[in-house]
Amino acid sequence: MIELNNVSKKYGGQQALEGLTLMLPLGKIIGLVGENGSGKTTLLKLVAGLLTPDSGSATFSGSRITRRVAASVAYMPDADLFYPYFTVGQLFDFYESQFVDFDLIKAKEIAQFVNISLDSKIKNLSKGNRGRVKIAVTLGREADYYLLDEPFSGLDPMVRDDIAKGLIRYTDTERQTVFMSTHELKEVEPLLDEIVVLRGGRVIAHEAVDEIRDTYGKDATSWMVSLFREGS
Amino acid sequence: MGIDFLPDKPIYQQLIDRIMGDIIRGMLKPGEKLLSVRDYAIEAGVNANTMQRVYKELEQMEITETKRGQGSFVTEDVEKIALLRNEMREQLVTSFIQNVEALGFSKDEMVLYLQEWGEEK
Repeated sequence: MIELNNVSKKYGGQQALEGLTLMLPLGKIIGLVGENGSGKTTLLKLVAGLLTPDSGSATFSGSRITRRVAASVAYMPDADLFYPYFTVGQLFDFYESQFVDFDLIKAKEIAQFVNISLDSKIKNLSKGNRGRVKIAVTLGREADYYLLDEPFSGLDPMVRDDIAKGLIRYTDTERQTVFMSTHELKEVEPLLDEIVVLRGGRVIAHEAVDEIRDTYGKDATSWMVSLFREGS
Repeated sequence: MGIDFLPDKPIYQQLIDRIMGDIIRGMLKPGEKLLSVRDYAIEAGVNANTMQRVYKELEQMEITETKRGQGSFVTEDVEKIALLRNEMREQLVTSFIQNVEALGFSKDEMVLYLQEWGEEK
C-alpha cells in the first residue's frame, strides 16, 4: 500500500501539490485526472521516489518513499526515454541488467503481443511504436505498482488499443496496481476501478467507477465535468 | 477500445446483460464454455476486476457454473435459461409500458401500431 499524507511540494517555482492525501491500495487500476498543471506528473514522480515532499509523508508498505522504491515501482514517464541506437532487444537486455524484477521472457511476449520486432532500432520506430516499446519495457517488470504518465496521449487509436489490451493482459489485478494519469477519461474509463481527481494540487475526489455510475447515473466524464462546475 | 458502453449504467451490469443476451439468443449454448476472465476482459476492453465481478454474479444467479480448474460454463439447465428469457421479456415490456404511459399513449393504440409496424417491415 502506498500512502500520501498531507503532502506539499513546490516544483519549478510553483506550488504543485498542496496538502495532498491519498491511498493507493494493491490490486487496482486507478486513473489520475485533472487539468494541465493540477499536479499529476509531480504526484507520479513523488510516488516513484523521484521527488521528495517538502512537507507531509509519503510511504510504501509503511516505510518512507525514497529512490529505492524504484525496485518495487515501475515508472513510465510521458517523455521518450530511449537510447536511440539500441534495438528493442538490446533495450530489453539493458532493462534486465538494471531491474531485478525485469522478466525478459514476459517483455518479449508483450513485444510480440503489440507487434514489435526485437530487431528494430529505436530511432527508426514511429511514435506509435515507441509508445508500444515503452509499455513493453514497463510491464516487462514484475512491479507492485506501475505508474504511467499519459500512456495514451498523442497516439493513434490502434496504438491506444494495443496498449490498453497489453495493460489488461500483462498486469495482475489481484496483486498489482496501475496508477495512470490521462486526459482520455472517456476512452480509459472501462479500464479503471477507481478515479482520482486532482485540482490545484489537491485530491478533490477519489471514487470507484461503478459507484459513480450507480450513485449519479452518469459516466465518469460527465461526473467530472459537474464536479468542476460545482467547485468553481 | 473494445465495447461501447452506455453512460448511465455500471459497466459490469452492461456486461452481465450482454452475456445473458448471448445466452438467450443462443449465441452461447447450454453447457458451452465461456472465455477466461482475462480473455473476455481483453476482448471487451475492460479491467479484469470488473470481469471477475461479472462472472461471479452470473454464477450467483446460477446462469453459469465454474468447474474447478476448467473455467466457467453456461448452465445446462434449459428451464433456467427459459426462465431467464421470460424475465428479460418482462423487464423489456415493463420499461416499454412505462415510457408509453409517460407519453400518454394508450396500450391498445400501441398494440395496434406494433402489429402494423411489424407488417411494414
